Amino acid sequence: MEIKTIITAILLAVGCFFMVVAAIGVVRFPDFFARLHPCGKGDTLGQALVILGLMVYEGFTLVSVKLLIIMLFIFLANPTSAHFIAKAGYVAGVKSVDEELEEECAHASSLACGSSTDKKVSGVDSAS
Amino acid sequence: MSFILTFLLMFAFWMLLSGHFDFILVTLGVISSLLVAYWSHDLIFGKVNFGQGLMRILRLIRYLPWLLWQIVLANFHLVYLTLHPKMPIEPAFLTIKTDFKTDMGVAIFANSITLTPGTVTLEAGRKQFVVHAISKYTAEGLLSGDMEARVKEIEGQ
Repeated sequence: MEIKTIITAILLAVGCFFMVVAAIGVVRFPDFFARLHPCGKGDTLGQALVILGLMVYEGFTLVSVKLLIIMLFIFLANPTSAHFIAKAGYVAGVKSVDEELEEECAHASSLACGSSTDKKVSGVDSAS
Repeated sequence: MSFILTFLLMFAFWMLLSGHFDFILVTLGVISSLLVAYWSHDLIFGKVNFGQGLMRILRLIRYLPWLLWQIVLANFHLVYLTLHPKMPIEPAFLTIKTDFKTDMGVAIFANSITLTPGTVTLEAGRKQFVVHAISKYTAEGLLSGDMEARVKEIEGQ
């Protein structure tokens, strides 16, 4: 009983850690496509670990089988939805950070745009 | 044949979700399973060759542990990227040439790409995939073609 509770606690904590990191990633990453990465799959592993923890806590019952079905469904549905959001952005022509900077540079004076490394750093700064 | 299989699958799923064996609930389950099987029995099984389908499911089960391990590895890479103060990402669009024979292969490959963090499928097709990779490490892992070979193995002949 004790060991079961400890394993459950560890799995829940690790799952929550991945979800929190995914949320931080969504805020920190610079552009649309990069933001899809953490929200599409940091969550997938996070929820899998949380549900796994609940299954360990529950033992082998009907409830844990239902939890397993939910987990499998999210494993299929989450990447599919991330893919379609990405595809919608790609088809609609959402620009990535580099492309936006190039356009700005075309309008602004050449002094504003240094080497390529400077571009990346300024892009991250302006987005975050 | 597909009618009976769909009915059995739906009824097993009903019993799994309800967990009650009262007369009224089981009867309702039989009725709704029959209705679903009658309307949509060609959706799940259709014209599937059963021996081939079974082999594919077995090979898919052998593929899953490798995929899960890759997901865990790549998630740690994503955590590193997210929490690193300078955020060393190098976003890039990649085009991958593939030649899958079945839609199932395309679907498994597309979902596997999206699930291994660092790569998101933008466009999926039998001949060509467009992928967005967030760092060099993940892009190299995909371009090595290891995952594609494994998915093709599931497809079989």
